[in-house]
Amino acid sequence: MKYLYYPGCSLEGTSAEYDISTKVLMEAVDVQLSEIEDWTCCGATAAESQSHLLSYVLPARNLALAEKMNSSNQILVPCSACYLNLKKVEEAIKNDKDLLRKINSVLAQEDLVLKGDVIVRHLLDVLSNDIDIETIKETSQNKLSGLTVAPYYGCQCLRPFTIFDDPEDPHSMDELIRATGAQSFEWDMGAQCCGASNTSTKPEAGMVLVGRILKSAKGADAILTVCPMCQMNLESSQKKISHKEGIDLEIPVLFLPQFLGLAMGKTQNDVRLDLNLSNPGRLIKARV
Amino acid sequence: MGQANNKGYLEQTETIKTMIQTCIQCGTCTASCPNIEFMDITPRHMWRLLMTDHVDQLFSSKSFIMCSSCYYCTLRCPRGLELTNAMSQLKQVASKLRLKQFRRSSLFYEAFLNSVKNHGRVKEMEFMTNYFISMKNPVIPFAYASLGIKLLAKGKIRPEFSFGRKGKLTALFKKVAELEE
Repeated sequence: MKYLYYPGCSLEGTSAEYDISTKVLMEAVDVQLSEIEDWTCCGATAAESQSHLLSYVLPARNLALAEKMNSSNQILVPCSACYLNLKKVEEAIKNDKDLLRKINSVLAQEDLVLKGDVIVRHLLDVLSNDIDIETIKETSQNKLSGLTVAPYYGCQCLRPFTIFDDPEDPHSMDELIRATGAQSFEWDMGAQCCGASNTSTKPEAGMVLVGRILKSAKGADAILTVCPMCQMNLESSQKKISHKEGIDLEIPVLFLPQFLGLAMGKTQNDVRLDLNLSNPGRLIKARV
Repeated sequence: MGQANNKGYLEQTETIKTMIQTCIQCGTCTASCPNIEFMDITPRHMWRLLMTDHVDQLFSSKSFIMCSSCYYCTLRCPRGLELTNAMSQLKQVASKLRLKQFRRSSLFYEAFLNSVKNHGRVKEMEFMTNYFISMKNPVIPFAYASLGIKLLAKGKIRPEFSFGRKGKLTALFKKVAELEE
């Protein structure tokens, strides 16, 4: 199987381990990724807060570049915010030809044209629908049995576009987790908001949302995420929130492909556990 | 910059008003919002103020600034209204009108987009440094210092700056600004 690959800015910097572990896992399940040449930022939530048109043009530039590549018509995107922004353009231009013309009049500055014939796929969508689960089962041989991990989906891979999972009660990670021999932690916080950029601009609000998720994860051995923003929010303030709440809320937080990679025999170094901000010690002592 | 007058708001918010005009005031958006406890007026009330042209009240509130784009309201709205999108457009107006209560978010997003305009991709260290400079508040950076040090130590952020460099996406940004005049 072949996909085009859009890593996005976070995967080049603060979430490098998400990029590395995604590539390691995809190679292990025999998927080829071709990075979109000269890709640029999708606009994140910044563009839509400043300019409507810019919030379409920035992702559209990447779709136009993807259309120029021949290896696949599907783009695999690990970051949920990038996924939503690229998907938003894919969906909007199906019906809104005025918007498409407007986008193209801007892209003409770089001699690019958007036609609308690529499909944007989230990493979790590809893992749960395209990959043969038996490959993961056979390779991992129940290596992680005894561990209970909490699947955390966040918002933007589930909503507003309901492509591959129930946006209120998602379960697509369960089967992947069970394929490693581990148990999926039962909780109702998997699709709740982590506060997104409020943790930076309105920490008094953002930290409350993070605290709620960490408290609900009590009893799990780790939390798994599929979004750099969620990962950063859930990892970076555990000590501060624990101190404020007066309870120990520290827990390892891993990107899903890091966890699956470990289960499939990759080393801690292969999936770069050293780059995580939370302490994966407990998880490692337990099994890995 | 001072607050814009009521007429200024009305022109800017006409599109948003059209987006939510079939709102039935059921309050599902309010009940679904994870940030509701930090809002001074509820999302349902915001749509009502917009429909009845009480936009000055809407823009003196901080509610729409608290939206973290979780899309629960959009998902659940029985009228199928794009409420998260309406929230974003309110943020765009607040940013354009330089509203005081939106200043911190606005400077954050501007610093982010400047980094994108210059490099094509976000350089996190440059973006956060420029954000701190634009805030003109020497205390704020300290709140981020411990995370910044951790990220530097792990090599996840690097000091990179772009003084005097020709912006990678300047032409696109310029064209967008022209079309949005």
